[in-house]
Amino acid sequence: MTDGSQEKANGATRWIGTRPVRPDGVDKVTGRARFGADVHLPNMLVGKVLRSPHAHARLKSIDTTRARSLPGVKAVVTRDDFEDLPSEFVPAGEMLVNYRDIVRNVMAREKVLYEGHPVAAVAAVGERAAKEALDLIEVGYEVLPHVMDVEEAMAPDAPLLHEDMITAGVEPAPETPSNVAKVVEFGHGDVEAGFAEADVMVEREFRTRPVHQGYIEPHSCVASFSEDGQAELWCTTQGHFIVRGHCAKLLGMEVSRLRVTASEIGGGFGGKTVVYLEPLALMLSRKSGNPVKMTMSREEVFRASGPAPGTCIRVRVGVRRDGRITAGEAELKYQAGAFQGSPVQLGCMCAFAPYDLENVKVTGYDVVANRPKATAYRAPGAPQSEFAVESVIDELAKAIGMDPVALRLKNAAKEGTRAAYGPTFGPVGLVETLEAAGAHEHYRARLAPGQGRGVASGFWFNIGGETCANLNLGEDGTIALVAGTPDIGGSRAALCLQAAEALGVDVETIRPLIADTSSLGYTFLTGGSRTAFASGMAVIEASKDMIGQLCERAAKIWDIPVDAVEWVEGEARPAGANAGEFESLPLADLAGLAGKTGGPIVGRAQINAQGAGPSFGTHVVDVDVDRETGRVEILRYTVIQDAGKAVHPDYVEGQMQGGAVQGIGWALNEEYVYDENGRLENPGFLDYRIPVCSDVPMIDTVIVEVPNPTHPYGVRGVGETPIIPPMAAIANAVEGALGIRFTDLPMSPPRVLKALDEARLPEAAD
Amino acid sequence: MMAKAHVTTTINGDPVEFLCDVEQTLLDVLRDELHLTGSKEGCASGDCGACSVVVDGRLVCACLMLGVEAQGHSVETIEGMATGDRLHPLQTKFLEHAALQCGVCTPGFLVAAKSLLDRNPDPTETEVRYWLAGNLCRCTGYDKIVRAVLDAAAEMRGATA
Repeated sequence: MTDGSQEKANGATRWIGTRPVRPDGVDKVTGRARFGADVHLPNMLVGKVLRSPHAHARLKSIDTTRARSLPGVKAVVTRDDFEDLPSEFVPAGEMLVNYRDIVRNVMAREKVLYEGHPVAAVAAVGERAAKEALDLIEVGYEVLPHVMDVEEAMAPDAPLLHEDMITAGVEPAPETPSNVAKVVEFGHGDVEAGFAEADVMVEREFRTRPVHQGYIEPHSCVASFSEDGQAELWCTTQGHFIVRGHCAKLLGMEVSRLRVTASEIGGGFGGKTVVYLEPLALMLSRKSGNPVKMTMSREEVFRASGPAPGTCIRVRVGVRRDGRITAGEAELKYQAGAFQGSPVQLGCMCAFAPYDLENVKVTGYDVVANRPKATAYRAPGAPQSEFAVESVIDELAKAIGMDPVALRLKNAAKEGTRAAYGPTFGPVGLVETLEAAGAHEHYRARLAPGQGRGVASGFWFNIGGETCANLNLGEDGTIALVAGTPDIGGSRAALCLQAAEALGVDVETIRPLIADTSSLGYTFLTGGSRTAFASGMAVIEASKDMIGQLCERAAKIWDIPVDAVEWVEGEARPAGANAGEFESLPLADLAGLAGKTGGPIVGRAQINAQGAGPSFGTHVVDVDVDRETGRVEILRYTVIQDAGKAVHPDYVEGQMQGGAVQGIGWALNEEYVYDENGRLENPGFLDYRIPVCSDVPMIDTVIVEVPNPTHPYGVRGVGETPIIPPMAAIANAVEGALGIRFTDLPMSPPRVLKALDEARLPEAAD
Repeated sequence: MMAKAHVTTTINGDPVEFLCDVEQTLLDVLRDELHLTGSKEGCASGDCGACSVVVDGRLVCACLMLGVEAQGHSVETIEGMATGDRLHPLQTKFLEHAALQCGVCTPGFLVAAKSLLDRNPDPTETEVRYWLAGNLCRCTGYDKIVRAVLDAAAEMRGATA
């Protein structure tokens, strides 16, 4: 038996690279698709959360007596309803979470650690009763001094969030607690020797503010516990198997008793890889006996769900006059929020990853502060550190009078480069993206006076992981594709295309379904740019499994050995002249005969996908700056990225465009504004301003394809990399326009105006 | 407890009666009472446009209007955009251009875009961008949305020419 999937890797593909309408599309343009908050059950209660108004306080008492006696209130839960859990780190996307912290983040125990930290939750008949009940809960707080800024939190006299936190990763271990959870270090070579060889050295300090993922759909779920201790949960999540695990742990149940269904998901970008409401809704449902629906308001999303961390980053890079970088060094301080676990380690690993360096050293600090716990946001940790490094690289290019693309090319990581974080790269596409950028018409187009152009590159790892997929063959030869990774941006289409390619059948005969946690084996979440890669590999494996069964059936029908059957273009054929002369058997015929040839045919795969291909991108941007208002206008934007192989190019372009525009928001506008008491002053889309349609131009894309050798069709992850280069590319462009180097994000109109005023002052003095 | 209000209205061309609390928004009524969940709540403050509906020909955020204010008025939602099994050209073009990723903002964009094309069948890119500036999309970067709207407008002009 042979199958066609391998030979296709070397030659032309029929489906990979085409752009069919996504299979779930019609439901999404008609309003039929059901997202997190679109589920209604009979006798469903409304659940609401009481949140701390203080950034830091000891929880002295919680009295729920009056709330519980309010007519219509069916259940109230507090810290007393959840068992404490020991410290234990488990993976969630690219990040790690600790159950001791999760149980405290979903419901405060000893202290509240940020404004918005849950202290109680109620379930009542109707919205009105639920809101009234919250007002009747009496909480005794002992307000404590708080700390918001990462450097202030590191100061020796800073208020401590966790009195028992001893910095990990330092030898010998400190004797006194601090807000520094962990110190990490990566690198190789001798940076001081490298700097000694440099002709020019630039050292800068950068600051970035926390930014929110800004998914348009707030967190929402419906939980329904039955009297026999089994429960169902519908929720908007990037990983329902992760939700099942976390909730079962927090509620002390067996995972088999909890069935979690992922609704359609209205954006996540990493922010929907953890649990907030889900354990509370389950606990309220267990106590009340009714289904309970909980939905965050936008304000709650901002106050209590995870941002990407704010950072303070110092970077030093040395270069010779010929453009060779001799050494790079960085120190990264990341805000973890209320609990440890910022993505600083990932930030360290990515900082210099685009470069082939002999001498590199990166040190990172994971620092807690009185803010919501940081959560993954698209390439977590990397946009901040690569912003800093890519800004310094640009400055060095200018200092030695070299084209910034040429400087990057001279030092670019390629196959065989030892990455700063350890491994040696296989085939990677950074050089190709840089060459494409340099050759692009955009890069050579004339700029008007006062305009600036910037370029920057970005790197992200991408991941694989545990993944299942089934292909259920119907009696008419059509196929139900069952996957376990929630479809956050068109992955159903990408999976169907890979199955169609592997099976040699029309993509329209394959209909996808995202199964609940009881209907498919454990599958890790949609994150780490892994879905088209890892679920794709599972689907290809399931296709091979199905082809094997189909060939066996054909062999049986023809009464020849199975090795004498081959699978070509969606049908079984005798393999060569010696196999005998038989009319080929298409998939539909074999499906119809399945009952007589051995029973149902199901292709299955359960894999731990390895070998995710690293991803590189290079962005080019032109800006103009309004000298009166300080507004930076994006005039033109081009994203160039290595996709390995674009399965559905529309959705690859979409990832590149969407990531770039999120980066534009990060660069130019988005930031949290806290008052002196640690209370968020802009918890809404009016004042936390994400880019709108009129803020941006068309985003041009160039897909580069340097195949990932591990994947049968060469697929790499594409989702995360595009958010990495924009901040530096725009800062570099603004420098080109104004001659002012911005090291503080966002480059919002007030900051730009201030910098312009400061730059004018010496002129005025002349 | 305050008595519920009785409201008579027209939704997607059909006469509809409902009871609602006076503080319920039109969006609450559509989603929670009538189970027309195609209109989404992204912010409840009129900033994201995910709940865009058309009331008596005017584009509004359903979260900024009370349910009782729908009395005697005509409301059009995403659920009324397709005719039978025929999608509106905007819906078709959104699919063809892959103008959605997660899809949660899509109903609002479609309702808002239709309202634009009803007024201005031949908008420029800039006009499209400013008309849709009240609708937030975090996935697409807007590029494919704008292309889909311009393409739908061209096709609709061709059909009526």
